[in-house]
Amino acid sequence: MKKLTSQTTLLMILGMAVVTYIPRVLPFLLFREVEFSPFFKDILKNIRYAILGALIFPGIFLVQDDPLFGVIGGLVAFILSYIGLDVVLVVIGSIGVLYLYTVFL
Amino acid sequence: MDLDKLRMEDFLKGVKSAVGVAIGYVPIGMTYGLLAKTAGLTLFETVGMSLMVYAGASQFVAVNLIAMGLGPVQVVFTVFMVNFRHFLMSTSLREKIGAGHRFLESLYSFGVTDETFAVSSVEERELTPAFMFGLNVTAYLSWSVSSGAGFLLGRSLPYALKSSMSIALYALFIGLLVPSARKNKEVLLVVGIAGGLNSAFRPFLSSGWSIVLASLIAAASVTYLYRKFKGDGQQERGEEID
Repeated sequence: MKKLTSQTTLLMILGMAVVTYIPRVLPFLLFREVEFSPFFKDILKNIRYAILGALIFPGIFLVQDDPLFGVIGGLVAFILSYIGLDVVLVVIGSIGVLYLYTVFL
Repeated sequence: MDLDKLRMEDFLKGVKSAVGVAIGYVPIGMTYGLLAKTAGLTLFETVGMSLMVYAGASQFVAVNLIAMGLGPVQVVFTVFMVNFRHFLMSTSLREKIGAGHRFLESLYSFGVTDETFAVSSVEERELTPAFMFGLNVTAYLSWSVSSGAGFLLGRSLPYALKSSMSIALYALFIGLLVPSARKNKEVLLVVGIAGGLNSAFRPFLSSGWSIVLASLIAAASVTYLYRKFKGDGQQERGEEID
């Protein structure tokens, strides 16, 4: 393994920072004066939920080697949010149930 | 400058909305910190990367590539490819927030991540810059502190706690989605198709591009089908989703 010098590492981190920031900020600067068509606005609205869906699946099944782990956690989160609990309680509840699952099973 | 519009109340709402994200970042940030240490980075470089880059997926990729001995140019290029999905997220967010102050936007857009995007995009109240700062600063602090803690403490977090905490961000995403999906069946359809496509693409594409492609196709096709078969009822539907 080739060890990077600390100066190279710092420059590399700076480069990473720049290429990460550009896609984040560009739409805010680029689309200021742009009025999207209603159809495209609807797509952008749906993209929010689409990205959420893509962030959940298939990742949730791969969280641990045991696929049941993600299934149980996901089900608990679903039930807790379905009965109307706050998101923080949903997160803590899922962690709690999986903690018990890990310790006792 | 409309800085007087930055209300403390909105900032605190943002902080409150970030709690789920902040919890979820602890195990992932710590894992990153540990991996960075293993790859030979110093504490300064490890935390510096979290402070300057602030993107989980790219930091993991970067640390892996560094450990494999790849050069800095390759690392930077790969990170760019991994993060292009943020372009999609910022485009969608800008549409929801509306044009505001250029300076404020260029500051808080630094904090767009998968998770802060998820929180702000399902937010039903009007999004304000102050809310975005509260949300993003809280998540940012959690990520940076956790990566430093991972470097220093390493494996000392108990296994059962660490593995059960790895569900946190998925539980967060589900907790954010369910209220919207209950109100609107279109959301359920979009989520299902995007998740299915992403699972299908994953073996062939990197995860960043797989998410971009799956989300675009799912959102475009569902929007198109709804318009075609449900008439042009986007007005009332629009309010429902917002």
